[in-house]
Amino acid sequence: MKTTWRPGRWLIILPPLIFLVIFFLIPFAFAFKISFAESAPRVPPFTDVISFTADHHLRLALTLGNYRYLLTDEVYGVAYLYSLRTAFFSTLICLLLGYPMAYAIARAPKSAQGLLLLVIMLPFWTSFLLRVYALEGIIRDNGFLNTALLHFGIISQPLRIMRTNLAVYLGIIYSYLPFMVLPLFATLEKLDPTLLEAAGDLGSKPWRAFLEVTLPLSLPGVIAGSMLVFIPAVGEFVIPSLLGGPNQLMIGRVLWDEFFGNHDWPVASAVAIAFLLLLVGPIAIYQYYNVRQLEA
Amino acid sequence: MSARDERGLSAVLLSALFFGIAVLYLPILVLIGYSFNASPLVNIWGGFSTTWYTQLLHNRQLLEAALLSLQVAVSASSGAVLLGTLAAIALVRFARFPGRLLLTGMVNAPLVMPEIITGITQLLLFVSMMQLFSWPHRGFITIVLSHITFCAAYVTITVQSRLQTADRSLEEAAMDLGASPARAFIDTTLPIIAPAIISSWLLCFTLSLDDLVISSFVAGPGASTLPMVIYSKVKLGVSPDVNALASLIVCAVGACIVVAGWLMARSDRRRALETQLAARA
Repeated sequence: MKTTWRPGRWLIILPPLIFLVIFFLIPFAFAFKISFAESAPRVPPFTDVISFTADHHLRLALTLGNYRYLLTDEVYGVAYLYSLRTAFFSTLICLLLGYPMAYAIARAPKSAQGLLLLVIMLPFWTSFLLRVYALEGIIRDNGFLNTALLHFGIISQPLRIMRTNLAVYLGIIYSYLPFMVLPLFATLEKLDPTLLEAAGDLGSKPWRAFLEVTLPLSLPGVIAGSMLVFIPAVGEFVIPSLLGGPNQLMIGRVLWDEFFGNHDWPVASAVAIAFLLLLVGPIAIYQYYNVRQLEA
Repeated sequence: MSARDERGLSAVLLSALFFGIAVLYLPILVLIGYSFNASPLVNIWGGFSTTWYTQLLHNRQLLEAALLSLQVAVSASSGAVLLGTLAAIALVRFARFPGRLLLTGMVNAPLVMPEIITGITQLLLFVSMMQLFSWPHRGFITIVLSHITFCAAYVTITVQSRLQTADRSLEEAAMDLGASPARAFIDTTLPIIAPAIISSWLLCFTLSLDDLVISSFVAGPGASTLPMVIYSKVKLGVSPDVNALASLIVCAVGACIVVAGWLMARSDRRRALETQLAARA
């Protein structure tokens, strides 16, 4: 096949390869370039980094000012740390909630598995924005939760959840839980149940068998699921913007404001590049486990 | 592990599963409930009414945005299915080619890349392309191009897993009988991966219809997609017609997903049956 398909091969490989290089990879080069430009009152609103002078010489006008600005203005540091912390704890809670769910689906009868997976996936595919909005309907001061709790006399004052850290945590956990369940299910499903039986026969208690057999074997799923939650959560914009208050300053919001509020494209590019550098490690880990799982 | 332990374990697991599912669905159900509330105040039940639904039909801004979003979603998911399927074929069928690692990386990275980064980098690309080639004007075309980029990844992953399990002996037999490789692929393997292709088209359609962040960056001043209009309305405060609109979208998208899931499951069952019959014959 390989020998007969030589010319046809490139007809298949090249279209997606070229498209993704142009529209996914090259954009990062432009962002990198523009992060060294200066903001300017023109269209587009930044100075040329590379230009040709009248006598056909290449001229480079680079400024490190944007990066220096990121380091000196403490908003960025605070936002980075807040984003990392929020994403970390949300991921942890998703893992604690998602693991038993994935385990239950993996041990459910085969006929029910498809339906259960669909039930888990359905909210994931239905509008992210609308689900965050729906969650707001539950947790806002006069929302469903407070109305119900007040009605049954459990509380006398409405709980203040909106515009707090708790609201952002709830939003991320609610939105990203399915991302955690799916990869966990994929590894737990492949787990050989006879290993657990063997551990049991050898006198191991169920929780010990779990800790020593199930958990280590499901580690690739744990890591893939955690990365699928952690990485997008760090860059989350909609959730802190709709559910959080002025103190829930995540990096996605800062970037958005820099761009749409201040119209400072070069600083926004520098924020994006610095943010991307922070994410290279987690993305590489995700890719590594993902490729390994696909090949297994 | 005794039978008793087993039961105890599954009761805990089952309650975790149902708790999780309840958490996922409660807000959506409450939202649909609110959308039929006659009172514009969210915490007061003013009786059952479909006022907010009829109001939607008179909101020109929403209808225009919905039309744009539908056009974008159809174009983007068709483009993404084409490119994503080609990428899946390349990755499964060609073990070694220059750029394979690059393609694998570019297919998987958009799945985890924060949207805000993809959005800003793609806008900078479009703006720079505009300076260099006077193309593309920001609007419909740039939204479609950026949606294809992130949707193609989902297509590749769905089709890839189906293609990996597809039996190649039929295709080889067709070629032995003189069919060209392309002909053999279209007649034997394509029908097997067709459900994956159709369901990934539906998934892309819902992803594109839903996107707020990337569209906001690349859309430019003139164009507003439905999520952009919804976001600005929600940002201003609760408006009951958004409840109605949201309920409609959630139900429509939900139906798409159920159909996609059903298609995949049906073809799985049929294939399992065929394998059984083949084994018996």
